[in-house]
This record gives sequence, C-alpha cells and structure tokens, in this order.
Amino acid sequence: MSLLGLVQQSFQGTVSMDLLTAVVAAFVAAAIVPILYPLLRQATGWFLGLATLGLFGYFARFLGSLPPGGITASREWIPSLGFRFSFLLDGLSLLFALLITGIGALILIYAGGYLGGHKGLGRLYVLLLVFMGSMVGLVLADNLFTMFVFWELTSVSSYLLIGFDHERAEARAAALKALLVTGGGGLAMMAGVLLLGQMGIEAGLAPEVCFEVSQLNTVGPAIKENAFYLPILLLILAGAFTKSAQFPFHFWLPAAMEAPTPISAYLHSATMVKAGVYLLARLSPILAGTVEWLWIVSSVGAITMFWGAFISVRKTDLKQILAYSTVSALGLLMLLLGLGSPAAIAAAVTFVLVHALYKGALFMVAGIIDHEVGTRNIQRLGGLARVMPVTAVAAGLAAASMAAVPPLFGFIGKELFYESTLHGPARVLVTTVAFLTSMLFVAIAIMTGVRPFLGAMTDDTRRAHNAPMSLWLGPATLAGLSLVLGLAPFLLDQPLLAIAHQNVLGDVIDAEHFESLHLALWHGWNFTLALSGFTLVAGCVVYLQRDIFRALPPHFGRWTTDGFYDMVLAGMNSVAKVQTSVLQSGYLRYYLLMIYLTATGLVGYTAATRTNLTLKWDWSDIRFYEWGLCVLIMLGSLFSAYSRSRLTSIAGLGVVGYCVALLFVFYGAPDLAMTQILIETLSVILFVFVFYHLPPSKKLSGPFTRLRDIVVAIAIGGIATILVLQAEQVKYFTPISQFFVENSVPKAHGRNIVNVILVDFRGLDTMGEITVLAVAAVGVYALLKLRPQGGKA
Amino acid sequence: MPSLILRTTTRFMMPLLLLFSLFLLWRGHNEPGGGFVGGLVGASAFILYTLSFSVQATRDALAFDSRSLIGVGLMLALTAGIMPLTQGQPFLAHRNFWVKLELPGFGQLDLGTPLMFDIGVYLVVFGVALTIVLTLTEE
Repeated sequence: MSLLGLVQQSFQGTVSMDLLTAVVAAFVAAAIVPILYPLLRQATGWFLGLATLGLFGYFARFLGSLPPGGITASREWIPSLGFRFSFLLDGLSLLFALLITGIGALILIYAGGYLGGHKGLGRLYVLLLVFMGSMVGLVLADNLFTMFVFWELTSVSSYLLIGFDHERAEARAAALKALLVTGGGGLAMMAGVLLLGQMGIEAGLAPEVCFEVSQLNTVGPAIKENAFYLPILLLILAGAFTKSAQFPFHFWLPAAMEAPTPISAYLHSATMVKAGVYLLARLSPILAGTVEWLWIVSSVGAITMFWGAFISVRKTDLKQILAYSTVSALGLLMLLLGLGSPAAIAAAVTFVLVHALYKGALFMVAGIIDHEVGTRNIQRLGGLARVMPVTAVAAGLAAASMAAVPPLFGFIGKELFYESTLHGPARVLVTTVAFLTSMLFVAIAIMTGVRPFLGAMTDDTRRAHNAPMSLWLGPATLAGLSLVLGLAPFLLDQPLLAIAHQNVLGDVIDAEHFESLHLALWHGWNFTLALSGFTLVAGCVVYLQRDIFRALPPHFGRWTTDGFYDMVLAGMNSVAKVQTSVLQSGYLRYYLLMIYLTATGLVGYTAATRTNLTLKWDWSDIRFYEWGLCVLIMLGSLFSAYSRSRLTSIAGLGVVGYCVALLFVFYGAPDLAMTQILIETLSVILFVFVFYHLPPSKKLSGPFTRLRDIVVAIAIGGIATILVLQAEQVKYFTPISQFFVENSVPKAHGRNIVNVILVDFRGLDTMGEITVLAVAAVGVYALLKLRPQGGKA
Repeated sequence: MPSLILRTTTRFMMPLLLLFSLFLLWRGHNEPGGGFVGGLVGASAFILYTLSFSVQATRDALAFDSRSLIGVGLMLALTAGIMPLTQGQPFLAHRNFWVKLELPGFGQLDLGTPLMFDIGVYLVVFGVALTIVLTLTEE
C-alpha cells in the first residue's frame, strides 16, 4: 500500500464519514499501526498526525453548521437493559472532540520527535490512538453506559501510558495509583449511572431509553426531587472528582508525571483529566441547580483550585509545577460548574479551550527543554531563547495566555471568570480565592514559560540544541491559536462556544432573559478590568518573592491523601500475605484436611437442621457375595492404612478400586465398571512410578496426628454414607431418566444411554471435562519438565 | 531390562489392545463402550509397551508427540460443537448432522457429529493418560 494512497483514502473517508465511523476511526488506526510502523519508521508520527487531522477536519466541518439538537447515530447493544451504542454530537461534545483530535494530531507528531528511536515508539502510537478513540467515544456518547465503557477505556489506556517505561518501578507504581483512584471512582459512577437510569424510569421514561442523556434531560426536575437524588449526585461526583483530580483525590495526577512528556501533555493536561469536568457539564441540565450541587461542587472546586496553585509555586520541577497548576485549573472549572449561572458556564466552556491551548503548549515546551537540555529543574535553566527562538516565542505566548495578559485568549477567559464570581453567591469569599489563584497563575506562568528562556545561560543550557520541527510545531500551533483567538474571538464564539454554553445550561434558563455567550476582548472600563490588572502586578510580586512561598508551612510529610493511599495499599498487601500463608500452606495434607472439615461441617449442619433424617436400615435383600465384596473393600482400605510400605499401600488401594468396579457390574453399570477398572489400573501404575522415586517414609505420623486423621476420616466417611442413604429417599424433582430412555434412540440414534448422555444430551459437560483433563495434563507436564535447573521435585 | 516373556507378550497384545480400543469407541453409541473407555484402553496399550521396553521406544513407536493428541482431540470436539452454530442451532446441538448410510448386509448406519465429538474425547483421554504416564516415567 502506498503512502499517498493511504493519505488520500483517509481524507476521502472524512467526507462521507458518519458519526459511528468517527468513533471507531482511531481504534482502526491503532490496529494498523503494527503494520504501518515497520514500513514508515520515523515518518509514522507525521503520517498518523495527518490522518488524525482528517478526523479533526470531519468535526471542524460542523463548526457553525451544527443543526439544533445536534446529530445522532446509534446501534443496538442490549435493548432490554437500556444499553445502546448511541452517540450525539452537539456543541459541548464538538468542543471536546475538536480538542481531542486537534491536540491529538499535534501530540502524535510531537511523540515521534520526542521518542524517536525508542524501542517502544510503536506501542506508544497504538496506546495514544486507543486513548484518543476512547476519549472521542466518551464525549460523543449519549447513552450513559456507552459513556461508562469509554470512560473505563480511558482509565485503562492511561494506566498503560503512565506505565510506558514499565521497567521502572516508579512508573509502574504511578500507573497503578492512577488506575486505582480513577477506577475506584469509575465504579462509584457506574452505580450512580444505574440509579440515575432507574430514576429516569420512575420519572416516566421508557426503559429502552432510560440511560440516554438527551432523554434524561427532559425529566431533570423530577430527578432533582427524587429521594435518590443525593446518592446519585454523590456517586457520580465520586467518578468525576477522581477522574478530574479534585482534592482530596488529586494526588494521582502529579504522580502520573512519570509518563513521557507527550503523554502528560495529552492525557494529563488537555484531555483525559477534563473527562470529569465534561461529565458534570453534560449532566448539568439533569443534576445542577440544587443547593447540594452548588455547595459540594463549588467548594471542592475552590479548594482544589487554590491548593493546586499554592503547591505548584513551591515546586521546582517543570512538570510538577505544570501538574499542580493543572489540578488547580481543573478545580477552577469545577468551581464554575458548581456556580452554574449562565455567566459561570460561559466562563467554564471558554476556559476549557483556553486551558487546553496554553497548558498543552507549556507541557510540550517542558518536554522540549527536558529533551534538549536534560533537566527540568527551573533553578538550573536560563537563556534558552538564544538556542531555541521559536520554542521561546511559543512558550512566551502560552505563558501570557495563562497569566491572562491581553490580548491573549486567556485574558478573555479570566475576565469571564471574575465576572461570574463577582455576581455569584458568597462573592467576596469566592472572588478572593479566585484572585489569589489567578495571582499564583501569573507567577507559575513566568516560572514555566518565561524564566527558562531569559537571563544568563547556565552550565546546563550551554550544551542545549535547538529542537526539530516535529517538537516545536505543537506548542507553536497551540500558542499561536491562543493569540489568534484572543484577537479574533468571534471565530469560535458563535459557531462553537455559544452552542456548548446552551447545551450545558439546558432548558433551565428562560429564553426571554437569556443572554447568549458573546466573547470580546474589551469590556470597557470596569471593576473586572481593574482586578485583572491588579492580578498581573500581584503575580509578578509573588514570582519575585517565590522563595518565601517555598519556605512557608505547611509541610505535611506523609500525612497527605497520597500517604493515606500508600498506607491503604500496604495494609491490603499485608492482609493478603497473612491470609495466603494461613490458607495456602503448600501441604497437601492440610488442604485435604480443610476440604474434608468444611464439607463435613456444612453438609452435616444442613443435614441436621434442614432435613429430617430417616435412615432406612434394610439388610434383607443383600446377597452373600455382596457381603463378601464389602468385607474385602474394608479389609483393603484398612490394609493400606496400616501398611508401612508405600507399595503395599497402593496394592491395598487397588483391591478397593477393583472391588468397587465389581460392585458396578452387580448393579448393571458395565460402562462405569469398565472405566473404573482402567482408571484403577492406570492410577496404580502412576503411583508406582511416582513412589518408586521417593525415599522410604522416614517419619510416620505421631499418635496425636493419627487420632486426628482417624476422627476426620470417620466423620467424612460417615457424612458421605448418610448422604447416600438419605438421597435415596429425598426426591425434590421428578427424575429425568425417563426422558433419556425415551429419546435416546429416536432423537440421538443411540441405544447406549450412558454414552448418548455423554456425547449428546449433556455434551457440554463432557466438553468441560475433557478441557479440564487437558489442562491437568499440561499442569503435570509443566510441573515436571519446566522446573528450574538444579531443582528437584 | 524387563523379562523376555513380558516383551514377547506385549508384541502380541499391542495390536489387539489398539483394535479393542477402536472397537470400544466405535460401538460405544449402542453398546457399552465409548470414547472415554476407548481412549483409556488405547493409552494403556502404549503404557504396557513402555513397561516392557522404555519411554524412548514408546516415543519412537508413536511417531508423534502424545501432547499433540490432546490439542487435536479438543479441536475436533470443539468443531463438532461449533458446526451446529452455522445452521442457527445451539452449541453442540447435533440434530441436523445425521447421515444415514444403507450398508448391504449390515443394515442402516447413522453417522453424525456425536461420533466426531466422541472421537475428540477419545483422542483427548488417550493423549492425557499417555502424556502424564510418559512424563512421570521419564523422571
């Protein structure tokens, strides 16, 4: 297949693509990477980036032409449970889909430059594409269960991506931490979603559509009055807060910086961590507007926002600074969603875009610095503008957007933010927190985007090289967009953000007083503008005095939620260890003892309490040779128990086995008897082979052990006897043997009922049995053949 | 080296045991017998051979690895189970897979997927018993 043909195909594909194809496109791409990568090598990143740009183009076509109500597509899944693969593209999902595919395309190119020559690069592309597909599916899903599936897929692909350098223990631990925290939240969310669907049915929805967000939107007021509203809200918030790294679950995000920078830039700043924000925005028309929502969401958001920014300023590692500032930005978004006023939602949808643009750029810049200089410690960086001018400009623009310097897009976002806090509840408190956070943002922006490029060069930066185009293309594009959108916000406000704004607000707002979202750089001389100016000045002061912040208390040591996580994990491990050493002793005799005692206890208890034991002792119709056989069986078992040599014990057991076979013959079961004789012969041979190699028994059991074994043996034997005798009299169901007798010849063409049952009527059981046999053989083979050199079985 | 008598007897017994094992498999549907017993008899023939000669002699006589019998048998049984799926029947529903052959002098012979399934069982049991014994004996 030629490269040109593929590119052409992918672009032609975008023209006629429907929504479902868009959802699976990235997964298909991931599946062909293993074929593509050996062919294209270094060019794979560019190729995949361009192909993803095609997907971006597909979504971008809907800018300004999105029909009201969006476009939908669906496939059946499990209709009886209300699970459908249904998708909806409206303003809100379009905003996120554009971010995911647009930044995704840049990241794929960036990753090729960042990890060029790395042996795991092909795997990285596969995982990034799988993640992209999951994320696209998540934001397009209309059915909450479909969304949940994609939600979990993002957690799993995030786990694999954080643990990309799986040979490093820190990377594995960080990956596990992210998976456990977000996965735990995801389970809570699933419970919340199930409850929400039930409440939807109670509110009058048909069961087939009870998980469709578009349908649940219509019964929002009824759900808010439902008694289960608070549990639903808390469960869904648990999912959203863990995913979006809200306090106190935020600790997994800074740890996730173990991942290579392209991954941090994509998953842990621009896209995945916004999934929780997206979920709450998506469910806002159903769940928002209550007192509980306002207090929980906005206070958690406000705490996270301030705390993240505060910790961020105290760090010196570029990626750690950016990670904590991402935590802070996510808190800001939560706060705005919690406030829920039209102004706050306007600020939220704008800030989603603002943050993705500047944070994606700053992360990629941090990666470039790490790649070209070899350190991320900001105290050892300086003067890089001389080495990498394009990167420096991109970093400067992104930092300016973060610090909300006009005329960048970030300034518009910040104005809207202040606007909504100034007119919201508890406005003095909220605005103060907002001001403090914004002030810290300014300092963070200078630390990460300006300081490394200015001033004198250090020992580290003197050796630095300029970055190749694949590396600076991403940050330059994103930072350029921050500038363009700041100067010309009309490019996106009506075609995209205004629709997203309406989607989040739903029908709650009455149409007459509703002011559609409208972005502008200039809002006139007002208090907000003064506050923005003051923020910039205060931020510069904080930057100059950043050493004071680093020295400030509190220093928590291990008394953080992260430490708590470690303690819980260590605790679970030690419980597992104790439990395993108690239950899995490794000695066959103790396993047998445990099985026998459990069986005796449970069966004995049930037999004693649930049934009335009426054992029928009727000796009259036992014939003399049956007596003889029984005596022989008993003698055989006593002989094998008393014998001091293993071989004679086996011979004793063989006598028992053949006698049992004879019993089968007496009672008219030739098939069973035949099998029994063969099995008995084979097991005697096997025992002989095994025991032949063992040394003679050195230690015989002591008197106590013998007594214990006798008691246990009598107990299990007695229980089995009682069970057999009792089973003769208890008939819960009509026996089905008559069915077998009647249908064996006409339906199954066989006169041997036993065999017909084995291969036909109960064929599935036989299938299972022969599979078990095969597994057992593999096990024996592995045990004997594959043990380590020098070891002895 | 085991006795001459045992070795000589084994030479005569081997073909008889193997034929008997096939006979058991074949008649299993109508008379006592079947894949399970047949497989055990077949395996015991080779185990007898091992006792009389050596593991290596058995491996040479087999000409294939006893482990591969397990896989082939499982595949055969699984195929017999899957075939009904192609006609919209449940897994292992043998209903539509009967061929009636009129054999002059023998009467009617019904062949179907149950036989295929039983041959699968036969091969698995044969392979499992032989693999375990041969592996243990080699130790």
